[in-house]
Amino acid sequence: MSELHHLTLAELAAGLRARRFSSVELTKHFLDRIARFNPDINAFITVTAEQALAAAEAADKRLAAGESTPLLGVPIAHKDIFCTDGVLTTCASRMLANFVAPYDATVVERLASAGAVSLGKANMDEFAMGSSNETSYFGPVKNPWDTKKVPGGSSGGSAAAVAARLAPAATATDTGGSIRQPAALTGLTGIKPTYGRVSRYGMIAFASSLDQAGTLTYTAQDAALLLGVMAGFDPRDSTSVDVPVPDYLATLEQPLAGLKIGLLKEFFEKGLEEQSAKLVREALAVYEKLGAKLVEVSLPNLPLSVPTYYVVAPAECSSNLSRFDGVRFGYRCENPTDLLDLYTRSRGEGFGAEVKRRIMTGTYVLSAGYYDAYYLKAQKVRRLIADDFARAFKEVDVLMGPTSPTTAFDIGAKVDDPITMYLNDIYTIGANLAGLPAMSIPCGFAGGLPVGLQIIGPHFSEAKLLNVAHGYQRETDWHRQMPSAYA
Amino acid sequence: MSLTRRDVENIAQLARLSISESELPAYVDSLSKILSFVEQLNAADTAHVEPMAHPLADQVQRLRDDVVTEEDRHEKYQRNAPAVEAGLYLVPKVIE
Repeated sequence: MSELHHLTLAELAAGLRARRFSSVELTKHFLDRIARFNPDINAFITVTAEQALAAAEAADKRLAAGESTPLLGVPIAHKDIFCTDGVLTTCASRMLANFVAPYDATVVERLASAGAVSLGKANMDEFAMGSSNETSYFGPVKNPWDTKKVPGGSSGGSAAAVAARLAPAATATDTGGSIRQPAALTGLTGIKPTYGRVSRYGMIAFASSLDQAGTLTYTAQDAALLLGVMAGFDPRDSTSVDVPVPDYLATLEQPLAGLKIGLLKEFFEKGLEEQSAKLVREALAVYEKLGAKLVEVSLPNLPLSVPTYYVVAPAECSSNLSRFDGVRFGYRCENPTDLLDLYTRSRGEGFGAEVKRRIMTGTYVLSAGYYDAYYLKAQKVRRLIADDFARAFKEVDVLMGPTSPTTAFDIGAKVDDPITMYLNDIYTIGANLAGLPAMSIPCGFAGGLPVGLQIIGPHFSEAKLLNVAHGYQRETDWHRQMPSAYA
Repeated sequence: MSLTRRDVENIAQLARLSISESELPAYVDSLSKILSFVEQLNAADTAHVEPMAHPLADQVQRLRDDVVTEEDRHEKYQRNAPAVEAGLYLVPKVIE
């Protein structure tokens, strides 16, 4: 038997059901790896060893009693954006550095009742605002493939934890690419479902019309397993959609012959590293071999997705983050002289530089006299982009292209230039604006660093995306590669 | 789009953020760059385009019966409060 941390989530779940190892053994194995390797990569903010072992013991009892729910006893990590009852939930901010969530997010609750064991809370960009995991109050996360490089963001801790095999899978969130870009930069499979597919209840809000929870795993099969448990209607999230959740595992093996793939023309035009372009084209050739048809598709308004996003997302962020006032929870400044001083200093000292930049951008674009010129204009362009996608999906089943214009870059390389940093998400933001499900899967290495292939589908086509990703992973083994330092 | 120090001070005031003198020049610079960057949107013809506020079409705000569904958990919630007395949140004196 190979080492436990070499096995996929599906293999681990099967091993537990066959009683080849216990959940306690498995949990200890990963807790040991976290103790050994986390100081290198800073993937976890909080490790909940005691609670994890208690949950593992409970899972072992359920397994012994013959229960066989699909995730029973498997360890996972949660991005520290999800509220966990009785456990520190920081959103990687000084603002919430001492915040112990008083309830569980729906995602956390669903996974816990399915028997998954939470190892702890993964590092991230502060309030999920960033593309490199360098804005965390708890320090940057390192990429396990090269610790001088960023792991991507904002779900950088979730990605690094899984890539370094400190957890076999992790939850994550994606507002503008925060699951897919780190998946690409760390060689993982990441899925951002359709807006409204997974409940946002207890998931600390950044931009409410864009935020969506998903997963970071080794394989599409593992993503199907986790998403099947996480997805579904939740009355506690007013934008949760009441659409039945199909059995994602049941359709994984469907043949891909006849699949119509649209190649996103705009994604190959400029800024894309040559080696990444080559690997993406090689991946497309694998799909052709499987019987898929490729057609070039143009989405003319897509190049406007980054500027659209940097109006809409900061606007929603400035509104959402107004709840942090130093009164009811979170950081409070020392010796406030009056209420205004309490508000402004608590927020000024509690938020980091990028969060403040976005709050101010949002405040400006929503302010009197500028609302029409910026916010309303961006909402109109958002519709043009969404319409471009809708038109494309009349012709093709899925769209494909690169996930990120570059492989992982050096820590510190882009921190001083917000625009350059924002352009990392040039290929991922479109799906968020249109509310579409999208994935990134590993498709090779450029200079020793992973490259991701992005797959975007129509609303509620998660089963198709997972099927398409799985079909590629049956033909290739990029998704089974691991960084040698953590193998 | 170029913002002045005064503009940024005004935005920070509206956003209830204290920004120190030393931080200010960097925000003047980066916020000006961001606003110039998003001005690309002006190139798009959006006449007769409805603004899109929600990513899914045909979604309506769900309503529920007006009945109590949550239990009172204020004690638990107030454990995260910076200052509480007798179940009340404490803030500096508001009315002189």
